[in-house]
Amino acid sequence: MAVEDGLKVELGKQGVFVTTIEELYNWGRRSSVWPMQFGLACCAIEMIATTMARYDLARFGAEVFRPSPRQADLMIISGTVTKKMAPQVVRLYNQMAEPKYVIAMGACAISGGPFKQGYNVLKGIDRYIPVDVHIPGCPPRPEALLQAFVTLQKKIDAQHLTGQGRPRHLDSAAQGEFPVPVQGEHDLEPTSNPGVWTVPVVIR
Amino acid sequence: MREKGLKTVEEIKAAIEAAVPGAGVEIVPNSSPSAQHSLRLDPRHAAAVARFLRDNEDLALDFLSNVTGIDWPDKEVAEKVKVIRPVTKKGDGVEQTAEETVEETRKRVEPGCLEVVYHLFSVAKKHGPVVLRMRTVNRTDQVELPSLTPVWRSAEFQEREVFDLYGVVFTGHPDLRRLLMWDAFKDHPMRRDYVEPDDFEYEPTAHDAVLARAAAHQAAHQTQEGKGSE
Repeated sequence: MAVEDGLKVELGKQGVFVTTIEELYNWGRRSSVWPMQFGLACCAIEMIATTMARYDLARFGAEVFRPSPRQADLMIISGTVTKKMAPQVVRLYNQMAEPKYVIAMGACAISGGPFKQGYNVLKGIDRYIPVDVHIPGCPPRPEALLQAFVTLQKKIDAQHLTGQGRPRHLDSAAQGEFPVPVQGEHDLEPTSNPGVWTVPVVIR
Repeated sequence: MREKGLKTVEEIKAAIEAAVPGAGVEIVPNSSPSAQHSLRLDPRHAAAVARFLRDNEDLALDFLSNVTGIDWPDKEVAEKVKVIRPVTKKGDGVEQTAEETVEETRKRVEPGCLEVVYHLFSVAKKHGPVVLRMRTVNRTDQVELPSLTPVWRSAEFQEREVFDLYGVVFTGHPDLRRLLMWDAFKDHPMRRDYVEPDDFEYEPTAHDAVLARAAAHQAAHQTQEGKGSE
C-alpha cells in the first residue's frame, strides 16, 4: 500500500519513517552500482577522470570499479568496439550477475562513430546487448558520464518489482544470456541480435 | 631530408651490386621535391642485400622504422597502335589492293602485384631514410616474398600486418599470423578489390558513397522481402 507523499512528509516531521519494500530495494540498488573495470579506447580516459577527485563518481555510490564481471553491476562500454573485441564484450556481459546495466559511452560505442564505415568496427554495441543509457560525444566529458549515471539511477528508481517492465532478474521468462557472435570469414555472424536490436525506422 | 653522411641511391646501388653479385637492384625515382628515391630489390637476393645494408660500416642501417604494403591491381591499358593493313579499293572498275597505315586502339591488361616498402635508418650514423621495395609476381597465387625479420627484428609485427591486410606471404617469418583481424577472417581489407560486408541497413546520416551503398542495400532487401511475401 503506497503512502501519499504529503502524508509521508507529515509523518517524517513526527519522526516516523514510512517506506515501501520497492523503494527501499531500489534505493539500495541504485546507491551501489559498481561498474566493471575495463576500458576500450580513449573514452576510458574520460571515465577514469570521472572517478577521480575533481568529478568524484563516488558521490553516487559507484566508486568501486570491480576487476571481475562477477562482482559488477554496470558495464560502461567506454570506446570503440572492434569486431575482434565484440564477442569478448558480449561474453563479459553474460558473465555479469543480474541485475546488470549497460552505459554505451561515446560515438563509437553507440554507432561506430568516425569508424562506422570501417571494415573492422562494430556499428554500435546495442546490436548485441541491451543498452540502458547512450551518451553521445567524442569523447563525452566527465559531466556527460555523470549525467548518464544519474539517468541510470532514475531508471533503476522507477522500476517496479512486479508486473510488466520489472527488472530482468525478477522475471523468470526474461532472456538471461545473450548469444555471443562468432567471428566468421568476412564479418561477425550474426551481424546483430534480433532479440535486442532491430533496424530503426529512419524518418526523413 | 638526407644527412650529408648518407650516400646517394646510385652509390648505394653500386655498393650493393659490388657486394652481392647479380643482386638486380633497380632505382625507383621519386619526382616530388622530397626526391626520396627508392631501391627495388630482387626478392631472391633480398636477404643478402638486407644483411649487407645492415652490416656495412658506411651504411650501418641498423634501424627498420616502417614496413608497409601497396596493392597494384590489374590495369587495363588502352594504346593507339599504328598498323599496316591491306585495303581493297575500287577504282576505274578494277579492284586494287594497297597497304595503308591505320590507327587501332588495342587493350591489354597489365598484371598487378603486391609491393612491400621498407624504410631504413641508421642510429649509429644518424642518417636515413633508405627506402627498399619488393614486388610479388602477381596478386593471386604467387604472393611470397622473403621476410626481413631475421635481419631486422622490428619487421616482425609490421610484416604480420602486411600479411593480414594485403595478403603478402613472408617466407622465413618466425610467426606469420594475422595481427589485427581474427584468424578465421579470409579477406585482405587493404586490397583495392576488397568488398566490405553489406551491413548498410541503418545509415541515418548517409551521404556520397555510403548513401549509394545504403540505397543498394535497401533495394536488395525490399525485393527479398517482396519475394518472401508472395
